[in-house]
Amino acid sequence: MSLELFLVLGAGLFSIGLFGALTQQSVVMLMMGLELMINGIVVAAAAFWYHVAPSAADGQVLVVVVIAAMAVEMAVGFAVVTAIFRARDVDMTDMAADLRG
Amino acid sequence: MAEAPLWSVLVLPAVLAVVTAGASAFDAVLEARAAGAAGSRARAVAWPLREAARLLVGQRRVTTAADGLLWRVGVLTVPLAALLAALVLPLGGVAVADPGVGVVWFNAMEILSWAAVWLAGWGPNSALSLVGGYRFVAQGLAYELPHMFALITAATAAGTLRVGGIVEAQSHLWFAAWMPVAFLVYLLSAVAMAFRRPFDAPLGRDLAGGAAGELSGVDRLVLLGGRWLLLVVAVAMSVPLFLGGGQGPLLPSWLWTLVKTAVVLAAVVWLSRRFPTVRMERFAEFAWVVLLPLTVLQALVVSVVVLAW
Amino acid sequence: MLSAVLAWVFGVLALVSGALVFRLDSMARVTFALLASFLFVAGEVLLLGLGYLGAVIILMMVMEMVIMAVFMIMYMMNPAGLMPMAMFHNTRGAAGIAGGVFVASALGILLVDWPRRAGRPPADPTRALGEALMGGQMLTMMTLGLALFATIVATVVLATHRGRYDRFGDDLRADRPADPVPGGVDG
Repeated sequence: MSLELFLVLGAGLFSIGLFGALTQQSVVMLMMGLELMINGIVVAAAAFWYHVAPSAADGQVLVVVVIAAMAVEMAVGFAVVTAIFRARDVDMTDMAADLRG
Repeated sequence: MAEAPLWSVLVLPAVLAVVTAGASAFDAVLEARAAGAAGSRARAVAWPLREAARLLVGQRRVTTAADGLLWRVGVLTVPLAALLAALVLPLGGVAVADPGVGVVWFNAMEILSWAAVWLAGWGPNSALSLVGGYRFVAQGLAYELPHMFALITAATAAGTLRVGGIVEAQSHLWFAAWMPVAFLVYLLSAVAMAFRRPFDAPLGRDLAGGAAGELSGVDRLVLLGGRWLLLVVAVAMSVPLFLGGGQGPLLPSWLWTLVKTAVVLAAVVWLSRRFPTVRMERFAEFAWVVLLPLTVLQALVVSVVVLAW
Repeated sequence: MLSAVLAWVFGVLALVSGALVFRLDSMARVTFALLASFLFVAGEVLLLGLGYLGAVIILMMVMEMVIMAVFMIMYMMNPAGLMPMAMFHNTRGAAGIAGGVFVASALGILLVDWPRRAGRPPADPTRALGEALMGGQMLTMMTLGLALFATIVATVVLATHRGRYDRFGDDLRADRPADPVPGGVDG
């Protein structure tokens, strides 16, 4: 497949994830949307490495960074959900809107 | 190491099946001896095959509101994970595939068993089964990090992630000789990965069979056979990683591989019968507080040795 | 030829399973649909010749999604999806935004004149990655390590409601920690 097709695949995954992250009420489901968005970035980074600059390792490093970001996102997300659930029995985004202002 | 021709794809499952049947027959003999059962040894040897035949004709159990799709996927994934991991397993000098990232591939494929056992516990919509699935996830979180450090230690010493390269690096001295902690932790985690005693709490009797509790007929055969296959593959991998693969005097290398595998497998099966089932929380704390620092130290020692040489 | 077909199949399946994440009712199925999407993407990465990164994505995502399934079932009201219920808000606006983002980025992808390929992949991309991370990109690696360590500390602090005073008493003098579930070493 060409670079463009890989990038369109990445954009598709990103948009599906964005849709999920915007629509889901549950914090845990919202995180699944975020994961899917990052998934799209993985495809795009790997495709850039292969089709644009395969001799440099920067594309691979980008994939590593993105995967680490995904792990951090999930760990922190679950910790926050656990903390807020412990404090207020809440797991929905609409009930955790304290910072709206 | 040569990339294997097509026939190795056919030979691998056959060899694995024979070794698996042999291991479970050995276990059955030990069981019969421990129980002091009357009857000939031949009867005990044939027991796994008879049991397999019985399960093949048995009826499938149906539970209310089961998630059939995920249940079947989970059960099937247990032997599938073992088979996929076995692709990088060298028999003598020949493996189905010897990719540059063989060790990582092996690790990634055996991790599939996490999903498999959890799904097998989730599928039947039964509380005790699900508890069994959760127990395996907890067990996985406990054994996986020490296991990874053991793998990394072997790869560090060889300077490659290719299984063939790791075997070649042991031409003078087996890794088991100068990284015993990694070797022992590897075998321990192999047993935990295959959720066999003393790590069989996910299928524990206190859970009425746990993750396999609602399985019957073919499904039960696939899961329990897959469990044996996981043990065989995980233990067999210790031969190229720590015991010099097919290296040895006189005999051809494929025979050496089989002999070493059989010896380690027999020792593991025999030893694992000597221990009672370990409770999850006890093993988890032991793994994180004792095994993990030990394996990190082992990796450190090995890296210093590699750098100093 | 085969890899081109596989790349198409993996790509379509990754999109389909990604879309299923927000269509299915059962939380277990949702989680494993997301896992399937990750595995197909890992397949694409493998096809692009990045063996190490592909295998690591498989490894990490299986672990991550199994743990995610545990949390999903812990926090969702209707984990098995036996009584379907809608848990959405602002579906139409979100569809507009997501569709707009996709159209805009697809237009950009097709219109931009991408640079030509410079160089060829190294014989062993894994070694190239390792040397980059331990050489020129050392700072990246150290930042990642620090970030991951900070994450470990922060998540444990956030998620646990018991501290050392709960375990060892107000003067921290207790011989054994008072844990609800005793462990195997000092329990």
